[in-house]
Amino acid sequence: MSKRIGVEVSIAAAEAVGLCDVDVIAAYPITPQTHIVEHLSEMVAEGHLDAEFIPVESEHSAMSCCIGSSAAGARTFTSTSSQGYALMSEICFIASSMRLPIVMAVANRALSAPISIWNDHADLMYSRDSGWIQTIGENGQEVVDLLIHAFKVAEDHRVMLPVTVNLDGFTLSHVIEPIMLPDKAEVAAYLPRYKAPLRLDPKNPVSFGPVGMPDVYTEARKAQDEALKAAKPVIIEAWKEFGDKFGRYYKPVETYKAEDAETIIITMGSISETAATAIDHLREQGKKVGLVRIRLWRPFPGTELVEAIKGAKNIAVLDRVCSFNGGEISGPVCLEVKSLLFDRGMNPKVMNFIAGLGGRDVTVQNFEEMVEKASNGAAPTPYEIINVRE
Amino acid sequence: MGIASEALKNFKGFNLKNMPEVEPLSPGHRACQGCGEVLALRLAMKALGENVVMCSATGCMEIITSPFPQTAWKVPWIHVAFENAAAVASGVESAYKAMNRKGIINQPDVVFVGYGGDGATMDIGIQALSGALERGHNFVYMCFDNEAYMNTGIQRSSGTPFGAGTTTSPPGKKSIGQSTWKKNLPAIAVAHNIPYVATATPAYPVDLMNKVKKAAMVPGPAYLHIYSPCPTGWRCGIDESVQVARLAVQSKVFPLYEVIDGQYVLSRKVAKPKPITEYFKPQRRFRHLTEADVAKIQERIDAEYEDILKKCGGDGKGKEEKE
Repeated sequence: MSKRIGVEVSIAAAEAVGLCDVDVIAAYPITPQTHIVEHLSEMVAEGHLDAEFIPVESEHSAMSCCIGSSAAGARTFTSTSSQGYALMSEICFIASSMRLPIVMAVANRALSAPISIWNDHADLMYSRDSGWIQTIGENGQEVVDLLIHAFKVAEDHRVMLPVTVNLDGFTLSHVIEPIMLPDKAEVAAYLPRYKAPLRLDPKNPVSFGPVGMPDVYTEARKAQDEALKAAKPVIIEAWKEFGDKFGRYYKPVETYKAEDAETIIITMGSISETAATAIDHLREQGKKVGLVRIRLWRPFPGTELVEAIKGAKNIAVLDRVCSFNGGEISGPVCLEVKSLLFDRGMNPKVMNFIAGLGGRDVTVQNFEEMVEKASNGAAPTPYEIINVRE
Repeated sequence: MGIASEALKNFKGFNLKNMPEVEPLSPGHRACQGCGEVLALRLAMKALGENVVMCSATGCMEIITSPFPQTAWKVPWIHVAFENAAAVASGVESAYKAMNRKGIINQPDVVFVGYGGDGATMDIGIQALSGALERGHNFVYMCFDNEAYMNTGIQRSSGTPFGAGTTTSPPGKKSIGQSTWKKNLPAIAVAHNIPYVATATPAYPVDLMNKVKKAAMVPGPAYLHIYSPCPTGWRCGIDESVQVARLAVQSKVFPLYEVIDGQYVLSRKVAKPKPITEYFKPQRRFRHLTEADVAKIQERIDAEYEDILKKCGGDGKGKEEKE
């Protein structure tokens, strides 16, 4: 039976991975991911989870172990943050190109320098093109559900791609929330035993990771591109099945009071709950404003996002990273929104705010100001860094 | 009795009469003519047999065996990147361990092997290797040492010997060539207190194969340092690989030994060592060295050999090297 408990989100995330009966975990500690892997190693030590926990000497080796493990046919998990994610990035690109269904929880954290253990989306953005499926949780329950969903999608033979589940470091990873942890048997019914289409097996020898000469490299890239494109309907199908089994339904893009909104703010992650409060305040004042939250970052849910924002005259996009592009173009999430609209011949006013870097709090008032500015079409382009001392 | 001694107490080695016919590494790969490394790899594979998973670092032995859609491998093989073969092998081994224990598979006897060149092992991959040795995975790591980054065009590594000319340690008016002494990776492996470490070379094929077999039999990590002549990079004749490797042993440049449960055992005693000039002579990478340079290197080689002998307990118990 499922039960609702008050639990730290990192602990719940680890429990969710345990419910998925994972075989191998390879991880290296980095704040704020630590509680996830500590709890997993404890579950293994206490015999609650029958898995190999490999306490590797670096994140680079963590992902390398995950590739070996997944290629051998084991259900494989790791978790990281920020600098650790950057260190393993070389191998992350290989994991997706080798089509290995590894699942990773990323407790999002700012990149150095200056060194900051606090939350923003720099690590999420720089890993954007790594070929992984990427989802972002807003709260603890969603993180738990997205992790179970991640294995289901990754291991689907129509997909065979690795998945990251992103959760904001500290502001989500370290808070205690009421969370419903599903029953192990229910999870097993949703997520059957992983069967690798090909594995490192002396009974059926296969070469993984060969050299791609110019006559095959483009085809290999196209095949991977097609795989990520084809993943979207499977992701949605797996959310539908999840909802039917567990009663909680998810979709690529979430909307809040957006249906008739003239001004919409687009966000990702746990900060969206603060944004929703600001929307409530502004609605109370009779302002036609709404919120759109991106849950599925890769593959990018273009159709769903356009559907969510098509009625708005003003669109504000929140980026939680400074992308150092020279200042004549917008931040990464905003650029994608603009590209989407441009290709469809849509021309609302699109404004870009950069906020919440390295743990800087973004308040309800900040959101109210951003949305008000956007309502007046008054935000400077291509972007404005808010809440910053000159 | 230590873990390795216990595992090897009834060891039956290969000899010229019982050579396995199995060839897990097929001919037709794209190695240079006279490659000593692929010869060593072939011998190692004959010793390992077919119940094995190979984890390859980026390098010559990866490039030459896997141009898609071809492969020279008749056994499962995975290449991921340059510096992580030992970590990949750790993951494969752990996956098998977990899946065997959970009853998902029943394949308890598979041997896991990571391998790479000197650059992949001694430089960029030393962290991943150290981690895997320290964690105690049941696997074999083979370093095929050809003393430079040959795949990228003969650049120096920490395995390049003092004085050797490479494309990034070129001899010149202000340079002797490689200006540092070769890193002693077998000693670093021994320092991890793993059950089995050995050195080998394809000039002594039966010795090499027996060491590979022992490494596979020993539970826990085993490290093999395999001296692998590269005619392309060492600038010797394509018919001289084996001869040069033999001279390396006979001139004490590359002593053959095992370290079983921490105990050094000499495999080949060099009773009448040849001067290193004989070893240098066929290799143009050393031709710029002066007499004074050679004397300095000879002194160092003698001292290092004495050190090995001491570790082996005096004069060593190895078989005497014959002409």
